Amino acid sequence: MATRDETARAIARHERKEAVRRGVRRVVVFLAFLVALALLYTGYKAFGESINDAQTEWPVIGRVLPRTNDLTMPPIMDIVTELGQPPQRNSSKPLAAFIAEASLFTFREAAFGFFFGMMLGLALAIIMLRSRWIERGLSPYLVASQTIPLVAIAPIVVIWGSKSMGWLPFDWQPWMSVSIIATYLTFFPVAMNGIKGLQSADPAAMELMRSYAASRRQTLLKLQFPASLPYLFAAFKLAATVSIVGAIVGEISGGVPGGLGRLILDYASRYTTGPSRLYASVMGAAVLGIVVFGMVTVTEYFVMYKRQEGSAAP
Amino acid sequence: MNDHDTPPSKAAAAVEIDSVSKVFNLGKPNEVHALDGIDLTIDDGTFVSLIGPSGCGKSTLLRLMGALTHPTEGSVVVNGKSADQARLDRDYGMAFQTSGLFEWRTVTQNIELPLQLMGWDKAQRKERALEMLDLVKLAEFGDHYPRELSGGMQQRVAIARALSFRPQLLLMDEPFGALDEMTREHMQTEVLEIWEKTRKTIVFVTHSIPEAVFLSNRVVVMSPRPGRIAADISVPLGRRNFDTRESQGFFDSITEVREALRFEGSTR
Amino acid sequence: MIKRALAGAFPALVIGVGGLVLWELSLLVINPDGFLLPRPTEIFEAFTEHFDAIWSATINTGYIVVTGLIVGVILGVVWSLLVSRFRIADETLTPLAIALNAIPIIALAPIFNAWYGLLSPTSNQAIVVLLVFFPVFINTTKGLTSVGATKIELMDSYAASKWEITRMIRIPNAMPLFFTALKIASSLAVIGAIVAEYFGGSQDTLGQFIVQNAASGRYTNAWAAVVAASAMGITLYLVSGGFERVATPWRPDVDVVG
Repeated sequence: MATRDETARAIARHERKEAVRRGVRRVVVFLAFLVALALLYTGYKAFGESINDAQTEWPVIGRVLPRTNDLTMPPIMDIVTELGQPPQRNSSKPLAAFIAEASLFTFREAAFGFFFGMMLGLALAIIMLRSRWIERGLSPYLVASQTIPLVAIAPIVVIWGSKSMGWLPFDWQPWMSVSIIATYLTFFPVAMNGIKGLQSADPAAMELMRSYAASRRQTLLKLQFPASLPYLFAAFKLAATVSIVGAIVGEISGGVPGGLGRLILDYASRYTTGPSRLYASVMGAAVLGIVVFGMVTVTEYFVMYKRQEGSAAP
Repeated sequence: MNDHDTPPSKAAAAVEIDSVSKVFNLGKPNEVHALDGIDLTIDDGTFVSLIGPSGCGKSTLLRLMGALTHPTEGSVVVNGKSADQARLDRDYGMAFQTSGLFEWRTVTQNIELPLQLMGWDKAQRKERALEMLDLVKLAEFGDHYPRELSGGMQQRVAIARALSFRPQLLLMDEPFGALDEMTREHMQTEVLEIWEKTRKTIVFVTHSIPEAVFLSNRVVVMSPRPGRIAADISVPLGRRNFDTRESQGFFDSITEVREALRFEGSTR
Repeated sequence: MIKRALAGAFPALVIGVGGLVLWELSLLVINPDGFLLPRPTEIFEAFTEHFDAIWSATINTGYIVVTGLIVGVILGVVWSLLVSRFRIADETLTPLAIALNAIPIIALAPIFNAWYGLLSPTSNQAIVVLLVFFPVFINTTKGLTSVGATKIELMDSYAASKWEITRMIRIPNAMPLFFTALKIASSLAVIGAIVAEYFGGSQDTLGQFIVQNAASGRYTNAWAAVVAASAMGITLYLVSGGFERVATPWRPDVDVVG
């Protein structure tokens, strides 16, 4: 028997090592992709400059592919050095610090949006789980709700927030309205995958719970909720992404200062005097998106780890 | 040793397996010796069952015959050529535990699949598919999609598909494992009917002793870790009919197979 | 058949009509001047009053959405077919695509404006193409690579070629996932186009109509355009669902919602 245990442990060790190796490989591929992208950008730029695309009429360049002058495509090194330069004359704070602060501000909006969206989505999923009728009646509108470009009416939401939230024990801040927009985008994947996941519980296990005379609540907590976790994490990853999108776009169209969206808008309007700053701030948004996605993925790994181990036996 | 109560018309060997071993994940911590030193010859026209506890390598052995996996050591010869060549020549048909039907094809289209791969024209395919539907008694279900069929019906379609190009060798991997007992007995009768009509060589993997005994001329009992042939039992029951399942000979053979399996279990 | 479809849609109709009536009545009581959230009847009035302007904006935005959707879907499918030929697809390229999908693509709008010119619709189309590309690529690759082992073994037993396996198993297997992605992408395309229009592009678009009317406090007009945008999104969604039914006849009657 001891040898069996040893084999099992050896296999588990092997699998863990494989998982780590897979993770490392993914990071390497990601970095390689970034390098390839930078090379492609620089290479295309060099090619365009060598054929002098501003003077020649190429059918694709300027229509499908961008022109290659330093204003449209600043050299990558310019963007990197710009990160260390102060963007404002009256302060020595480098651009990187501005972007980091704005990212944190946007992250806070998105995090609140994510949290409330998750709660709303789960609540809707549980309500739909209770009644097939409500599910059939509600789900077309959940889909339809996402075709409403709430982000485009962000100004209304911001005004509405400051007007109608006076009853709260704290002062309503404009960024909280942005969080509402993020909430609106976040709840949808959670609700849709939540109901699918809650319904994915094995029918035999459901009967087992019934045979124990388990209450609905117990069935929900002990069986249906754990069964829905893989679906929910897929939704959380999507939700994390769209909460950032919602926050950035909400800031831009709602005119809320302090975050990445506003920073991008500012640098876009002053593009001709510093294209590198716009590129840098957009990259900040990309990094923030990938970081929150990574946070959910890591959480998923730790929550689901035990389960994967259990199913790893050959 | 290879003499059976229903001797095949030709004495040629359909499958010859010579000192075959199979190791999965060779050199890794999860290395598994699936098969060790297997010698087995299957005569043309016989119905052979492979039986044993899970992990004894019976499915692996079947896959070696189909060249779906390759031996670590030893050789597998099918119809006088290498297993790989036999596969390329489409010498055998195969049925799995899950029917493996393509859910996007109708029943007829599923049966036509191998014919299509072999480049038959449409009219020929249609004709053969109808013939096969008759054989498995599903004539009126040709235009249905698999999801509209019961498990037993799906399995019958899978068998029709395996037989559609009339291979002489049929490899079946627990094809009735997921069916209920009633459907299972019914399917067994049907497979025997088909076998009697066509005199194919059938290699049948199962973990059910009565199923093995009822169907086969010969039951090969296997033992696990590493997979070995523990006993090779011939079943002298003659032509099966409705009473076979209640005959003394049937019970005797069941006992013989069970003893062989139990003996294996106790020496672990 | 029609009767059954009606019975299926009944709960949705009840909740829809009930919701609209509740919206109308509650606003009549608590918010008589309809400042921020107008009543449905007011939105309808604004819609008919500005129908010409909204219609022409819808056509322009629709052009961006549909062209972007088509190009994005073609790119996504072709790329996925190429990539799924190699084992590396499953292990590294799909996770990479999933990670890249976490980038807020709409933030690229100002850069695209700099590339293609502030008033050119190309920058908006580029945003839509990118937004559509990722879900289509990710789902199609998943569908092409996640094929049941029995089916592959069966094809191996027939000595089928790689291309035959792709054509007869992988592509049909990817169909349902592809259509799920198409439905997601069709609503994404509308939202993406409208938000991208906020940054630039043609002036006669739904995005610009909403922004300009909201900026000058004419919220009812903005809402009327929002309704037009939603209608476009729902139409595209239903059209995708229609394609799905035709292309995957073997699947059970799928809900309109999927």
